[in-house]
Amino acid sequence: MNLTLKIWRQKDAKSAGKMETYPISNVSPDSSFLEMLDLLNNELIDKGEDPVAFDHDCREGICGMCSLYINGEAHGPDRGVTTCQLHMRMFKDGDTIYIEPFRSKAFPVIKDLVVDRSSFDRIQHAGGFVSVNTSGNTQDANAIPVPKRDADKAFDAATCIGCGACVATCKNGSAMLYVSAKVSQFAYLPQGRVEATERVLNMVEQMDKEGFGNCTNTGACEVECPKGISLEFIAKMNKEYLKAATCAEK
Amino acid sequence: MSKLDSKIPEGPIKDKWTNHKNKINVVNPANKRLIDVIVVGTGLAGGSASASLAELGYNVKAFCYQDSPRRAHSIAAQGGINAAKNYQNDGDSTYRLFYDTVKGGDYRAREANVYRLAEVSANIIDQCVAQGVPFARDYGGLLDNRSFGGVLVSRTFYAKGQTGQQLLLGAYSAMSRQIGKGKIKMYNRHEMLDVVIVDGKARGIIARNLVTGEIERHSAHAVVIASGGYGNVFFLSTNAMGSNASAAWKIHKKGAFFANPCYTQIHPTCIPRSGDHQSKLTLMSESLRNDGRIWVPKNMEDVMAIREGKLKPTQIKEEDRDYYLERRYPAFGNLVPRDVASRAAKERCDAGFGVNATGEAVYLDFSSAIMRYGKEKAMIQHETNASDDRIRELGEQVVEAKYGNLFQMYEKITDQNPYKTPMMIYPAVHYTMGGIWVDYNLMTTIPGCYAAGEANFSDHGANRLGASALMQGLADGYFVLPYTIGDYLASDIRTGKISTESPEFEQAEKEVRGQLEQLINIKGTKSVDYFHKRLGKVMWDKVGMARNEKGLKEAMEEIRQIRDEFWKDVRVPGGMDEFNPELEKAGRLADFLELGELFAIDALHRNESCGGHFREESVEEDGEQKGEAKRDDKNFAYVAAWEYKGDPKDAVMHKEELTFNDIELKQRSYK
Ligand SMILES: Cc1cc2nc3c(=O)[nH]c(=O)nc-3n(C[C@H](O)[C@H](O)[C@H](O)COP(=O)(O)OP(=O)(O)OC[C@H]3O[C@@H](n4cnc5c(N)ncnc54)[C@H](O)[C@@H]3O)c2cc1C
Ligand code: SF4
Ligand code: FES
Repeated sequence: MNLTLKIWRQKDAKSAGKMETYPISNVSPDSSFLEMLDLLNNELIDKGEDPVAFDHDCREGICGMCSLYINGEAHGPDRGVTTCQLHMRMFKDGDTIYIEPFRSKAFPVIKDLVVDRSSFDRIQHAGGFVSVNTSGNTQDANAIPVPKRDADKAFDAATCIGCGACVATCKNGSAMLYVSAKVSQFAYLPQGRVEATERVLNMVEQMDKEGFGNCTNTGACEVECPKGISLEFIAKMNKEYLKAATCAEK
Repeated sequence: MSKLDSKIPEGPIKDKWTNHKNKINVVNPANKRLIDVIVVGTGLAGGSASASLAELGYNVKAFCYQDSPRRAHSIAAQGGINAAKNYQNDGDSTYRLFYDTVKGGDYRAREANVYRLAEVSANIIDQCVAQGVPFARDYGGLLDNRSFGGVLVSRTFYAKGQTGQQLLLGAYSAMSRQIGKGKIKMYNRHEMLDVVIVDGKARGIIARNLVTGEIERHSAHAVVIASGGYGNVFFLSTNAMGSNASAAWKIHKKGAFFANPCYTQIHPTCIPRSGDHQSKLTLMSESLRNDGRIWVPKNMEDVMAIREGKLKPTQIKEEDRDYYLERRYPAFGNLVPRDVASRAAKERCDAGFGVNATGEAVYLDFSSAIMRYGKEKAMIQHETNASDDRIRELGEQVVEAKYGNLFQMYEKITDQNPYKTPMMIYPAVHYTMGGIWVDYNLMTTIPGCYAAGEANFSDHGANRLGASALMQGLADGYFVLPYTIGDYLASDIRTGKISTESPEFEQAEKEVRGQLEQLINIKGTKSVDYFHKRLGKVMWDKVGMARNEKGLKEAMEEIRQIRDEFWKDVRVPGGMDEFNPELEKAGRLADFLELGELFAIDALHRNESCGGHFREESVEEDGEQKGEAKRDDKNFAYVAAWEYKGDPKDAVMHKEELTFNDIELKQRSYK
């Protein structure tokens, strides 16, 4: 396939960026989107130009490191996949493809397509855990049965990979889907219930501090989320938050 | 006398760990506050170690090269984690897990370590559940299990095909709690480039801030390396793109012995290669072998017709299929250990029965499982007259609930629907059993420098059983290191902060800068990937699934050649003081190019076949085991630990003899 790439280039956080055009040829439809960028980068290196910086690691849709806003969609046109799982067969010969970083106030650009998502980590530091030490004598794993329905729900929420597509997609730059996934995972499990009140209050507070926007129930995040994290969890978090805010003496 | 002291405690194997814990030195809580520990890596091993050490009161500095500790490659582990819980009441026990692991490792692991691993395994599950890890459960609300290769009991705990993700997020949450409290200082996007040794002890590291390019000095009273495995020396593997050997290799060059570098696991069920554009290979979890049956056509005409696209696998009749694992290994069938399954696939493909255009693929077929589950589900739902189509539909639902994400992953990559047509799979490099040599306390041959997780060599011998790496990583980090490191640090309570202004730090930083500058200033004509692919090809062709003397000698020569060319002709764009992924890659490849040679040297010296290491010269010639790998216990029942002497080819081998008191050394049979 022969393609035209329009790619956001930005030297570092302080510099201004702009779109640059790169033609690319002989792309295999079986290659992944990132393999296509590898090809481009090797050509740029051969020509003595600066390769395009982008984040990636596992290349199988689980680490959450890859990002990219492709033709106006987080993780590109395919559904239920990350950019590293996107394959070139989704595009047509001759296409022009626009590639930009995930944009949000809370995700400053580091270079080209690489952004800083450490705000996500800080929300977890505020409460994304169960306060249990490693001891070697916690109670037996089967001591508290957990209804399969709850365990499955907790698991579904826990599959969030922390990629940030939800934020990049949201017109408000809201992180509600991401935060609700962690809050819900623990809210469904007896082990997490103990600290449910503190957790939801602290995590939401940190989320607001980081400069993420408010949720207006548009639902774009759910559509673009590569892991199918459901809006249901936002509802769950709102319920948890309301409960906590009204009952807690904080 | 060997320089290696494995420090295995005295006493019967069952009591060694308990006795050892009772006897070792402990640091009182007030003094722990005066002690700093550096942990390189935030995977299951490093993440769990960081969290546990911080909980104990040490000041931890943790490092990872990704933008968050949650992205360490442990996240990609799919199938599950073993533990001797015996919840299924199928006769499992600490001893059985110990036995299976030693046997599965082809009798090349240290008994005492493996026993301890089995002993703490049950605690891991308790700990993870307490943290809120959502393992799969049955309808009664209790934890569910599945089976993995090489064992006859069901002891694998799982969370769909995302077990590693859930366990790592558990460790990450424990870390987050400590980061929030200020007990762990987290350095994301930082790469360790050297260890600093002061008065013979590991006292810090030199790291590069990958965002700014700044070279930083970090001091501590002890350094833990938990940087994962070195499978990427093959270029193509199931590892993440950034997985590297550098942290391990740098400590090796400073005095840590490297053990059994040639022990590599080639995983039988990965998506086959498709072309030159490929940057990595994708695993299809071993758990699929619980339900998938592996086969190739019996007749060559069918193979040809399939390759030409004239025949579909679903059209081949049952009697014309060769379920070669079930045929060769009736007792274990599709659940033989990985090394055995991989070689069997290679054997069929070498004989010409490979089912794709490259001739390197076999089928992994779920149709019988789908029908079996469908019938079961129809029964449960009282659909007594369900049609075949309905049964298939129900069966597909069950299979989807078990392996949905893996099937989706397969379909996205290959554009084929594995519910309707068998998957195509082929072996790929997956895991490295070799690694930094450690004693029973997980200390390397550098005092104060520890190695944990896949980075060390310790528990899996010459072949790792499925679902045992997650177990080992968490055992090391949650339950072993936090104790054993205290024994060493107890003598450091009066040391005070380690200065980073010493000549040793000065010198280490100078060397690191020197190497980076050198890489940038070569300004050659070829990219890093160009050299990495060449190295990978030599490794795969000559140091891969089957090895022989001639090939290994050629490989050593060719790797040196590539290394020389690399240092003359690589082109690294950009500078040192900026975000520069090509520079990171170049540094990692420089280390792989040295490790690759030692790897081949080790493979050449080990003139026996054991586990994942298969020497064509060492095969059973007759009897029931004809054609199977032949181990040589008389000459090779030892760990080969290599000492660096200025060049990989001059490395000196030290032997740690392995003694087996609790398990009888036997030919491994899965027949
Ligand atoms: C696809 C796949 C599936 C698997 N499935 C299973 C399974 O089902 N069951 C099982 O038991 N095992 C499985 N394994 C094996 C298992 O996942 C790994 O062996 C294990 O997770 C390794 O953990 P670790 O903590 O040692 O290293 P990793 O998780 O690899 O972590 C390495 C860490 O070191 C850091 N690092 C590396 N180098 C540097 C450096 N120079 N400076 C700073 N930081 C550095 C990285 O940032 C990372 O944080 C699987 C492996 C793969 C690849
Ligand atoms: S909720 Fe979805 S889109 Fe948002 S971070 Fe998690 S996985 Fe990514
Ligand atoms: S690179 Fe890991 S999710 Fe894409």
